[in-house]
Amino acid sequence: MSLLKEMKKGLFTSLWFVFLTFPLMVIKVDPIERVVRWRWENALYVAVGTFLMYLLVTFLMQRKNARAATETEVDADRESFIHRLIASPRQKYLLGGALLAVAIAFPFFSSSYQTNVMTTALMYVVLGLGLNIVVGMAGLLDLGYVAFYAVGAYSYALLNHHFGLGFWAVLPIGGGLAAIFGILLGFPVLRLRGDYLAIVTLGFGEIIRLILENWGEFSKGPSGISNISRPGLFGLELNLDAAIIYIYYLMILFMIVTIFIVNRLQDSRLGRAWIALREDEIACQAMGIDKRKTKLVAFSLGAFWAGIIGVVFAAKTTFINPASFTFLESAIILAIVVLGGMGSIIGVILAALILILLPEYLRALSEYRMLAFGAILVAMMVFRPQGLIANIRRTYIFEKEKSPAEKS
Amino acid sequence: MMDTPILKISGLTMDFGGIRALNRLDLDVHAGEIVALIGPNGAGKTTFFNCLTGIYAPTAGEIILTPPQGGKSISLKGLKPNQVTEKGLARTFQNIRLFSQMTVLENVMIGRHCRTRAFILGAIFRNAATRREEREIVEMSYAILEKVGLAGVANEFAKNLSYGAQRRLEIARALATEPFLLLLDEPAAGMNPQETQELDRLIREISDDGLSILLIEHDMKLVMSLSDRIFVMDYGKKIAQGVPSEIRSNPAVIKAYLGEEVDA
Amino acid sequence: MDYFIELFCSGLTRGAIYALIALGYTMVYGIIGLINFAHGEIYMIGAFTSFIVATVLSIYGFPLLAIVVLAGLAAVVWSSAYGYTVEKIAYKPLRHAPRLSPLISAIGMSIFLQNYVLLAQTSDFLPFPTLIPEFAFMEPVAHIVGSTDIVILITTTIMMLILTVVIKGTKVGKAMRATSQDRTMAMLVGINVNRIISVTFIIGSALAAVGGLLIASHIGQINFFIGFLAGIKAFTAAVLGGIGSIPGAVLGGLVLGLTESFATGYVSSDYEDVFAFSLLVFILIFKPSGLLGKAETKKV
Ligand SMILES: Nc1ncnc2c1ncn2[C@@H]1O[C@H](COP(=O)(O)OP(=O)(O)O)[C@@H](O)[C@H]1O
Ligand SMILES: [Mg+2]
Repeated sequence: MSLLKEMKKGLFTSLWFVFLTFPLMVIKVDPIERVVRWRWENALYVAVGTFLMYLLVTFLMQRKNARAATETEVDADRESFIHRLIASPRQKYLLGGALLAVAIAFPFFSSSYQTNVMTTALMYVVLGLGLNIVVGMAGLLDLGYVAFYAVGAYSYALLNHHFGLGFWAVLPIGGGLAAIFGILLGFPVLRLRGDYLAIVTLGFGEIIRLILENWGEFSKGPSGISNISRPGLFGLELNLDAAIIYIYYLMILFMIVTIFIVNRLQDSRLGRAWIALREDEIACQAMGIDKRKTKLVAFSLGAFWAGIIGVVFAAKTTFINPASFTFLESAIILAIVVLGGMGSIIGVILAALILILLPEYLRALSEYRMLAFGAILVAMMVFRPQGLIANIRRTYIFEKEKSPAEKS
Repeated sequence: MMDTPILKISGLTMDFGGIRALNRLDLDVHAGEIVALIGPNGAGKTTFFNCLTGIYAPTAGEIILTPPQGGKSISLKGLKPNQVTEKGLARTFQNIRLFSQMTVLENVMIGRHCRTRAFILGAIFRNAATRREEREIVEMSYAILEKVGLAGVANEFAKNLSYGAQRRLEIARALATEPFLLLLDEPAAGMNPQETQELDRLIREISDDGLSILLIEHDMKLVMSLSDRIFVMDYGKKIAQGVPSEIRSNPAVIKAYLGEEVDA
Repeated sequence: MDYFIELFCSGLTRGAIYALIALGYTMVYGIIGLINFAHGEIYMIGAFTSFIVATVLSIYGFPLLAIVVLAGLAAVVWSSAYGYTVEKIAYKPLRHAPRLSPLISAIGMSIFLQNYVLLAQTSDFLPFPTLIPEFAFMEPVAHIVGSTDIVILITTTIMMLILTVVIKGTKVGKAMRATSQDRTMAMLVGINVNRIISVTFIIGSALAAVGGLLIASHIGQINFFIGFLAGIKAFTAAVLGGIGSIPGAVLGGLVLGLTESFATGYVSSDYEDVFAFSLLVFILIFKPSGLLGKAETKKV
């Protein structure tokens, strides 16, 4: 299409958006003082912004189409820089080791505030990896993931408050309870179609939150539970700074364990079944896979991780209330999985770090955080459904006929 | 044949709202046979497969499966699709349903799922038994790919295969579940004559390995060359059955179906 | 007895508005099989637009009737425009994508629109101007049935009648029904399916806008988050009635409104929203085809 024609269309689009956003962007009324403010400058921003956005989108679309046209056996070319980087095991371990060294050194050259922020980011990495089992691998859109997170957090808060149980004792209990909740919910709902499953899990998440809010005798209602103990280190009482660093290292450990487990699951009989289930349920069943059982395992395994991190969350903040467990929290974790690339472990790690750290360090952006999360979900679905880093499947090398050797 | 059929269907009926897609169908398959099921589009052939494999729940009728080596007879009614597969019945789909984001080899490996055991702990700890099982899955899947002639593209994505190759991959995937009865739904659809000829050979090979085959197909040359017996359906009813020569000359069949292609 | 009638009327009013919003869910679902998660936000934008227009006009001293008409009109126009644009941006490119992709996109749209309104306006609750006066002739029964209730019921009935005429009687309505039955066939007989989908979004959004205006003036305050809960409840109504079925949406809305009203009136109001969510979960689990929908075997 000619440039002039594109420009004209872009102009028309930006006019349309000026009209569309006019009442909300331009007019601001104060119903008490009874004054109207006309913010005309906003109309200008919208016009220019839309126009540039239009050009960008047209460009992206053209590139995508051009790619689709030439795409034959070029899957190898499509592998990103990162894929090539980790293609050889030596490079992979070198890179992993370097990153780990940086991560371990991090608390020594940054403030406890920053260590704390990094701990939060790591928690989202693990939450993302957990949800990735459910959404990314098994293809079950779970919009109530935060409910399992809440189960973990409240398990620790309540058991600690009433019975004085410690972090390490509750960690498996919190994870286990969340997994049991996952099974209880999963049992009736996992036979539902994908979109209904999404809505039911959302409803379930909201029910849990509303119960926590309204059942004061149980959960202390909206005011929440405070003075939750921090994790102990062999009976040692840690001061605040030491505790922050301790939790940070715990999260590093959890993350490594999670990556290890998820990685192994992905290349196992179970992991293959999940992915096949995501691709085609009916063919999957016809291949002898028990749909119910396989889904249930994915669902409750994901819940288990959320429960674990819930316990960590309660221990880290020492205070929880139902406001931490809204649907938006589930949406943030979903955005991490979608941005990273469904089923892709490195992608999810990268996405969690970007989405949690970027708004933290660019304060100006933090106001637009949720706006950006919404936009990311839409944009990824439209332009790059495979995510930042698409998942690549394992390949096998067969040296001689009938004597296959494996290589990851 | 005097032995009990490995598959015996009697009075199978399937209603969708007002439509009766299957009407009191009787059919049997014996060990080692290649049986063809033919009939015009919309006759209910695919619906028949779906009822057999537990994907649809039939309105009425009985489906009895008797494993060839002196196994006990079982009713397939009410079983879930995966349970049917476990009993030794595997199928392909008319509208190809491969796992397109997985490699060719992985597609076949999925077929091994119901014959292997490793679960969460096995996956995480990769103990000796799991490693052995995993190796067996890969080896056997590869051997099946060699058999259907797809070993060369084992690491390709399934979606990148040609149409004919995808159909063969469907067969490979079904074989991986170790069935004794294989249901093929229009395996030659969309294949060129050469591919069809290779398919003919492949089906014979599978049959020589001792599997029984129930085949839905429109390619009359293939059907007539392969089948021991043929069942003909129209509007959900069986209108004829017999050996190929009988079917060829059956006036009802010619009227309902072969009208345009008697030369086959 | 008065209390019963009061609850009944307030249930009817609620139900009518749920039904208005539910229609948008059900029509979109009927045509493209998508749970339009952002529909609640379209309703919220309708409420906001009418709030802004009504407040501006009342500050500039327009008469009440003009305010009502113009605010209503603005809500309908802008909500429809948003509905139309959202479809073009977030759903149309995903027509052939896997089933969950448009749903994720819709969730993203919903979050985006909420925060867009939050940033462009405010996160505070805003007092909605009184658009519907207390009618003198309603005086004797005012303690049981408010004037707003009557206006809401009448307006909703009129909207539904118009919708019925459009769908049953016009060419566009016939094309909509054809498209929802079989999109490929509709395309083959020369229906411009993209246009019909746009029209569906526009009609659904317009109905939601009217719902937004009515409920905002009924409750008397709005903020950027009202679309979430209203959206979920309306979706519950749509599923309850049988998603895809237009009479089902109306029936589902009324049933949900009445049960909610009686449950909060006679049992407890603490768990009002828990009740709606539980109902949603239970229907989806036990009767996903709803009251008027029919169960289907997916063709393989
Ligand atoms: N899930 C279903 N719902 C409604 N009708 C169906 C369904 N599956 C098949 N049918 C109908 O059953 C009839 C037989 O279809 P099918 O078994 O696919 O025929 P064939 O495979 O012989 O061409 C057709 O009229 C088809 O429309
Ligand atoms: Mg068929």
